[in-house]
Amino acid sequence: MAGRRPATAQRQQWAKRSLGLVGVLGFLLMWQCVSLTGVINPQFLPPASAAITALVVSLGTLEFWEAVRETMLAWGIGLGIAAVTGIVAGFVIGSSSFIRKATHSTIEFLRPIPSVGLIPIAVILFGVKIESSLMLIIYAAFWQILIQVLYGVADVDMVADNTARSFGLGPVSRLRYVTFPSALPFIFTGVRLAAAIALILAITAELIIGSPGLGHAIALAQSGGAVAEMYGLVLAAGLIGVMVNLTMRLLEKKTLSWHSSIRSEIVI
Amino acid sequence: MKILKSIAYAVGLPIILIIIWWAATLGTANFYAPSPALLVETFAQVWFSELFLTDVLPSIGRMLAGIALAIMIGITAGLAIGTTRWLRMLLEPTLEFLRAVPPPVLIPVMMLIMGISDSMKIVTIVFGCVWPVLLNTVEGVRAVDSVLSDSSRSYAIGGLARVRHLLIPSASPQIMVGVRQSLSLGLILMVISEMFASSSGLGFSIIKFQRSFAIPEMWSGIALLGLIGVGLSFLFQFVERKALRWYHGQKEVEHAS
Repeated sequence: MAGRRPATAQRQQWAKRSLGLVGVLGFLLMWQCVSLTGVINPQFLPPASAAITALVVSLGTLEFWEAVRETMLAWGIGLGIAAVTGIVAGFVIGSSSFIRKATHSTIEFLRPIPSVGLIPIAVILFGVKIESSLMLIIYAAFWQILIQVLYGVADVDMVADNTARSFGLGPVSRLRYVTFPSALPFIFTGVRLAAAIALILAITAELIIGSPGLGHAIALAQSGGAVAEMYGLVLAAGLIGVMVNLTMRLLEKKTLSWHSSIRSEIVI
Repeated sequence: MKILKSIAYAVGLPIILIIIWWAATLGTANFYAPSPALLVETFAQVWFSELFLTDVLPSIGRMLAGIALAIMIGITAGLAIGTTRWLRMLLEPTLEFLRAVPPPVLIPVMMLIMGISDSMKIVTIVFGCVWPVLLNTVEGVRAVDSVLSDSSRSYAIGGLARVRHLLIPSASPQIMVGVRQSLSLGLILMVISEMFASSSGLGFSIIKFQRSFAIPEMWSGIALLGLIGVGLSFLFQFVERKALRWYHGQKEVEHAS
């Protein structure tokens, strides 16, 4: 059985890949047909081939990469600040049950406030600079991470904590060797979710406020009637989203390779 | 005593924050930061008027319609994809891509295809909110307990009864996770679809106040948005607790043992 297993697994992997490829091609073909047959006016939905051509053409232009750089810069800085503040705040709040109880209602009230509501304030405070994107990104990502860190800190195994205590570990080393590692899977979930949200908010800020970046380029292409280019940019935004998701998952797998939630996936 | 203590915990920090806010705006007449009293007054003036009927209610209606459609489509498609292996393999990469497209970029696209209308906004909300529900349903259906699945099969429970009594209940905790994500996405998409292209609605009103430098009015709009978000979140928690009572109970038993 052990000898035959890899072969079946390989065949399955192969079937999965090729079926997936068929799915993608089918999607593009459907798009092409819908446009060419005029079900949706090709003026508004150009065929997939035109959109892909436009994407490939814009891959060669400096403006495209400039826009991508602006978007990813806002995304990275925003996510970084949100991660650091969210993790620190999470450990501080989670460390004492008094602070946790006292802040619970405030957190539950502030968290669901949609960050796009801050757009007018961002415009008044910062105008069309990167700071207004950052404000939206940090607000949206911070709560996502904070909540997960709070779950993680609350999930620490009491036996492990008491063992560390009886071995004479101080508060700082307990934080480093017990709380932090056991909260790490939760932190990663939070950061992974926040990464996707941060990208959404980065593009939103550019689309609505008009700070430079991919979203702004899409809005410009739309109002300028460059329809195929707009679809090309939308495809690019989707590809960036896929890359963000894949990178985050890979990072999680690498960092948490010791953790049972990841290990069990590989063993079975 | 215990109840008093928990009330004190719940309102303590918010009261302190409001006092700080009030104290900070007390002496100065800062144009950008209204005092709490002014904000409450403006809030009542602006939103307890016909603006509530003409702008706020239609916005909320569009959002709820979009989210409801997204949940229905997501669960139906998720059940189909989750139970059919070849369909899952076929669609997985495409879905992975569609989910990764940041939903706000759909607004200019939909505007081109459908013009500026109610249905365009609803379709945008549906298109953005359907992925979390769909993908979580797929995951939930895949993770159905194999013993339960086999025993229902050996009792010849098939077709709709299988969906109704086995698949939906066992996937429901996972589905709820997706619904929670799509609620906050729906609110975001409602607001920005009105900010980007509209002449009515809550998002449009807030932007209008900002452009005409009606600062207290703008703040009151933001406060209303916050209230809607908080209301949605409480509604969700209420429904989730009711619908998944068996699940939370089961978890508690597992943790206790």
